[in-house]
Amino acid sequence: MLTLTCPHDTWAHRIPAGPKMAVLGLWTVALFSLTTLPALLTASVAITTLILSGGLPFARTSALMLRPLWPFVLIVALWQGWMGDPTWGAAPILRLITAVAAANFVTMTTRLTDMMAVLTRLARPFGPLGLPPRRLALALALVIRFIPVMLQHMQIIRLAFRARSPRRPGWRLFVPTLLAALDDAERVAEALRARGGVG
Amino acid sequence: MEKNLTLIALFAALIAALGLLPAMMLPGGVPITAQSLGIMLCGTVLGSRRGALAVLLFLLVVALGLPVLSGGRGGIGVFMGPSVGFLIGFPLAAFVAGLVVERVKAPVALSAGLGAFLGGMVVLYPIGTLGWALILDKSMADVGPFLLGFAPGDAIKCVLAALITRAIGQMRPGVLLSRG
Repeated sequence: MLTLTCPHDTWAHRIPAGPKMAVLGLWTVALFSLTTLPALLTASVAITTLILSGGLPFARTSALMLRPLWPFVLIVALWQGWMGDPTWGAAPILRLITAVAAANFVTMTTRLTDMMAVLTRLARPFGPLGLPPRRLALALALVIRFIPVMLQHMQIIRLAFRARSPRRPGWRLFVPTLLAALDDAERVAEALRARGGVG
Repeated sequence: MEKNLTLIALFAALIAALGLLPAMMLPGGVPITAQSLGIMLCGTVLGSRRGALAVLLFLLVVALGLPVLSGGRGGIGVFMGPSVGFLIGFPLAAFVAGLVVERVKAPVALSAGLGAFLGGMVVLYPIGTLGWALILDKSMADVGPFLLGFAPGDAIKCVLAALITRAIGQMRPGVLLSRG
């Protein structure tokens, strides 16, 4: 399973995950308290500089990750323009893009293992409340492993269907795939129990 | 204990896998993905508490940076974007869907359909709209109508959730924790 961590190594990859997340949190809070256009423009210039400091390939990947926002930005701009806003909704749009780009920057420069380390550290206080960090880490690992397994089941069932019928399988794949995956879960549970349980 | 944990992990993975399937286009250009079907099923199959936990686990995986949100999105950025209201609403939607199946003692398909509708639409839509409104500095009444584009697709998903929940109840009764 591919993660969104960027393979082009940048200086930001070497900063520990915890401080990066803390700065991101502060940045986001600050950003949502900015309302004037010049302030938001300054913020977006700052984040663009930050992204460009990672090199051009890194910046290109960053831009690609913002692509899902475009339809939304377009609708807001047209709508605001139509309502008679001379800036075409520039302030909320800039804030949105700047906030998302900054968060993506942290995601792209932090490895999955480091993220998980931060998460288990943050989860430690919940231990006495019935969520030991070890169990959380196990659950996350199971999810990450189950995703490709489930897609594989679906592929096998699709091929079996195609061998029998010229029609497209469509929704007929869903229940058999889910049943196969449920049986997997059952076996994994048994295996965990046999190895001493989830603790 | 082990069984609950693996089932919760499995349903979190199910939401992710459904998000990776290609989106269908409704007439009018609104993409519908199967992801919210996964949210509904978490509730209707696993019940309120475990369903909500499965959705939370899925959101954690998204936050960690796996591109498993529909459209290949992921990372912390999506929690800053326009979908944030829906993301926050997802666990609640699953919780409500599960609660309905647990409490409404009708045939499974019926209460699962009702639960999916109440959780996945009645509860989720206002929260999602609120997210949009906050991000855009707009009132909820302004952005609300845009949401109606999702309604036909979600109605289909409610029916699917009902049928799938019934099928699981028939074929693997031990897994239907919401009726356990």
